[in-house]
Amino acid sequence: MSTLVEIRNLLVRRAGRPVLEIDHLNIEKRQVLALVGPNGAGKSTLLLVLARLIKPERGDILFIGQPATGLRDRDYRRRIGLVMQDPLLLDMSVYDNIAIGLRFRHVPGPESARRVEAWAERLGIQHLKTRKAANLSGGEAQRVALARAFVLQPELLLLDEPFGALDKKTRTELLRDLKALLPTTGATTLFSTHDDREVNALADSKIELADGKIHTESSV
Amino acid sequence: MLFNNPDVWEVTLLSIKVSGLATLISLLIGLPFGTLLALSKFPGRSVLLTLINTGMALPPVVVGLAVAMTLWRSGPLGGLHLIYTPAAIIIAQVIIAAPVVTGLTAAALQALDPRLRLQLLGLGASRLQMVLSIWREARLPLLAALMAGFGSVISEVGASMMVGGNIRHQTRVLTTAIVLETNKGEFTSAIALGILLLLITFLINFALTWIQQRGAKR
Ligand SMILES: Nc1ncnc2c1ncn2[C@@H]1O[C@H](COP(=O)(O)OP(=O)(O)O)[C@@H](O)[C@H]1O
Ligand SMILES: [Mg+2]
Repeated sequence: MSTLVEIRNLLVRRAGRPVLEIDHLNIEKRQVLALVGPNGAGKSTLLLVLARLIKPERGDILFIGQPATGLRDRDYRRRIGLVMQDPLLLDMSVYDNIAIGLRFRHVPGPESARRVEAWAERLGIQHLKTRKAANLSGGEAQRVALARAFVLQPELLLLDEPFGALDKKTRTELLRDLKALLPTTGATTLFSTHDDREVNALADSKIELADGKIHTESSV
Repeated sequence: MLFNNPDVWEVTLLSIKVSGLATLISLLIGLPFGTLLALSKFPGRSVLLTLINTGMALPPVVVGLAVAMTLWRSGPLGGLHLIYTPAAIIIAQVIIAAPVVTGLTAAALQALDPRLRLQLLGLGASRLQMVLSIWREARLPLLAALMAGFGSVISEVGASMMVGGNIRHQTRVLTTAIVLETNKGEFTSAIALGILLLLITFLINFALTWIQQRGAKR
């Protein structure tokens, strides 16, 4: 296996306080890595650092062996997909929400439409395409947020508690669907969670974070 | 009979033109500046926001005084010969409306979830694409900011009188004409002009309320 992302000697401060310290972490291509740990452990921070939305105080992040500085932030981000803790949909139709990252990348209309259709279908939201995002249930909104990331065909997929805000039934259904879909994306995936069921269903390895440090690293 | 006086329509049209142009210029200043204030962190930002909010409450007569002194024949910009022209009114109205548009733009964007910006960048947006997306997201409050800017100048009388001079066929706008007609005891004309001004401000407030209610429904 080859390495997609390598983190070395990382230190992140937020509001002056060190919140993440990782000496070394390798993420292999096509790995599905679960981040677990209590609230405040630094899971979201790690994902945002990997999305280059938080600047670390020190440390190197190598992407396919190249230092982070070799790629502009925007060009790097156009190779990843990010789903944050809340769906954060825009006030437009479901279709336009799913397509927004493709529009940012200037993907031509027919290709964009093909990908949106395909992922809306796979995530079971094709009947919602013309609906306003504001009128969706929590589970539907989360599926739109996932579709919006999947259509980008990212090399690195970052999911922050993708099941966090859902009720039990919705969570179970989405977990089942994601278990089937995640391997088809070909993306290397990092997701944070509190739930061992999600770790066992989706991940091939897991990292336990505590107080901003890697506590254990193990395969699932 | 009230409205068959051609002067009434001339005055109304000039009011809309002058205040409309002043609002447009205020938008060109206030939208980027308000966005910068809302999105970036720099030292002095909160002081600047406070200043802008103070600017939103600038008394028009004080603005009129400052602009009149600047444009006065012997003043620093007297050589431009702008005093008692529509351009002078526009300058004064921009000074009144630009803080309104800037402040309300900043407020509209600060009301959005700050994580939305991170999410948009995380989806590969360039800086410009991110800003355009959040403008679109805040389009209703931004439209409200624009109309509040127009509302602040269309019914303003002090500055227009002081720097425009209320010259017939040249700088006479609705508000200054109403003052003049009332002073002359010409209540019929004053009432006609007043009704037109009321109609314009009523339309603005109607639209503002409608926008706010649409916003609240979401
Ligand atoms: N915007 C922020 N400003 C300052 N500190 C923050 C911010 N966000 C998170 N933190 C702090 O960083 C630490 C890690 O938070 P986070 O990465 O959100 O943890 P997790 O996602 O594991 O719950 C916590 O102590 C939290 O208080
Ligand atoms: Mg978190």
